[in-house]
Amino acid sequence: MTSDTLALQKIAATIRGRIIATSHHTQTPHLGSCLSCVDILIAAYFSALKIDPSKPADPDRDRFILSKGHGAAALFQVLAHKGFYPEAMLESYGQDGGIFAEHPPTPDHLPGIEAATGSLGHGLPIGLGMALSARIQKRSYDVTVLLGDGECNEGSVWESAMMAAGQQVGSLMAIVDFNKWQATGRSEDVLALGPLVDKWRAFGWDATEIDGHDMASLTDIMGRPRNRTGKPVAVVAHTVKGKGVSFMEDDNNWHYRIPNADELAAAYVELGVTA
Amino acid sequence: MRNAFADEITKLGVSDPRVVLLSGDIGNKLFDKFKAASEGRFLNCGIAEANMMGVAAGMALSGLRPVIYTITPFTTTRCYEQIRVDACYHNVPVIIVGTGSGLSYAELGPTHHSCEDLAIMRVLPNMTVMAPADEVELRQCLRAALRQNGPVYIRIGKKGEQIVPKKDDRFEIGRAINVREGADVCLIGTGTLLPTVLEAAELLQAHGITARVESFHTIKPLDIDTVRSAFSNYSVVAVVEEHSRIGGLGGSIAEWLAQQDRMQGRLLSFGTDDDFMHEVGSQAYARAKYGLTADNIAAKVQAAHAKVRA
Repeated sequence: MTSDTLALQKIAATIRGRIIATSHHTQTPHLGSCLSCVDILIAAYFSALKIDPSKPADPDRDRFILSKGHGAAALFQVLAHKGFYPEAMLESYGQDGGIFAEHPPTPDHLPGIEAATGSLGHGLPIGLGMALSARIQKRSYDVTVLLGDGECNEGSVWESAMMAAGQQVGSLMAIVDFNKWQATGRSEDVLALGPLVDKWRAFGWDATEIDGHDMASLTDIMGRPRNRTGKPVAVVAHTVKGKGVSFMEDDNNWHYRIPNADELAAAYVELGVTA
Repeated sequence: MRNAFADEITKLGVSDPRVVLLSGDIGNKLFDKFKAASEGRFLNCGIAEANMMGVAAGMALSGLRPVIYTITPFTTTRCYEQIRVDACYHNVPVIIVGTGSGLSYAELGPTHHSCEDLAIMRVLPNMTVMAPADEVELRQCLRAALRQNGPVYIRIGKKGEQIVPKKDDRFEIGRAINVREGADVCLIGTGTLLPTVLEAAELLQAHGITARVESFHTIKPLDIDTVRSAFSNYSVVAVVEEHSRIGGLGGSIAEWLAQQDRMQGRLLSFGTDDDFMHEVGSQAYARAKYGLTADNIAAKVQAAHAKVRA
């Protein structure tokens, strides 16, 4: 394990602690969904993406869209830690008149946000539009879209998948945070989701599966140069909902449950972080 | 009208490298000139309108000026949430063109009719809504839409619509164009029914009633100055549209009128009924079924005018 990987894991633990604390203090749900995608977000923002937080509108920046917008609490922490805005701004989370809601706002309202999501199935089409724009404008940025597994119920995801493959938009990567749960049940039971990797492959994507909590695998796959006129890349990232805190892991009650003070303290101990 | 659209968008594509044309698998050969003149900026998005709208928003967020073109119900009701969230919430310059709107495709049945689009588009924050009367207004609408920094919806007809002669061809979004002067009643038309409205004005003239006629190429923002002038100076103000009487231009004017101090003019609204047309018929048949004929408009306006004067 490299020192870089260790450093990223340390950031991930810190961010997990802050997400849980925010949920406790502001009564914000979707904790399980946030914790499952933290490692993916850290690998993206602290390793793979070519971005400069001091230039959030740089036309050549890489784009990252959190299409599973209910993971906003995780994204807000990551963007602050990256330096898009002061971490102190997050003290206004959930307050009346504030900007930090349960889903990402529009880009003109918060630096670092590329698209306002929350209604599922919107991020991949928008990301595809951005990737096609790079081709038209002769720019070299990449676009990465993070989807939920439940989100893959939406038909627009597959419309977009077909067009991306048809247009050979190899600068586009879709990562599925495959935590095996959606709001009310196992994602493989609610609809016939699987076989998920084969589905992306059948739709014309270069599809692969990885451990979505393995920082080295994540930085490797996200950091690879993309074949800009080849197949778009799908990464099915196997994750655990509520990852990082034993009593939250793979327990779908934490889709909506809010941790109390004792649970927050226990989470801090498990994560090895302090308030 | 669709040929004029293809011609105008071809010109705009040449003069503005930000213009990208997205089609929902229609317009076979119609856009060959655009494709040749603006290589790489025509994308057939297939029969997948939700994705097409999101793609357009992503392009607009990246500095391009996407123009979406397909049959009206499929570029409005089919992907309404993408219009609301991706285009309007982000407030990005996506131009949505609905072709064959209203009852243009009467013979194709209600799946292809669009008598709800003005209502659902104008309720969306940030959206501009336009319905050009003819190809001259269509070209003006398109050029003006490209100067906007937010989403624009333009509903157009199909082909062969007659051009309405005007003294004044100045064009501004949200500013109606006067096409006929008159002293007794005011007729407000929007979209391709404008020639019918002018015909009704001629019929009224034969009965000694002179009608002012305004072309409302813009539904939103509403031209309140012209509406106020109409209700202040005329006995009857008739709104004529190939759209449901619920929620369209007539509905918009009614919303405004209801909140004013008592005004002189009485509102008459001509549009389609609150139903789906199950029987087969041409556009002319469908218009007649819903009373969208010069005879019916003139008769109703004449009766209302007589009542006000009595």
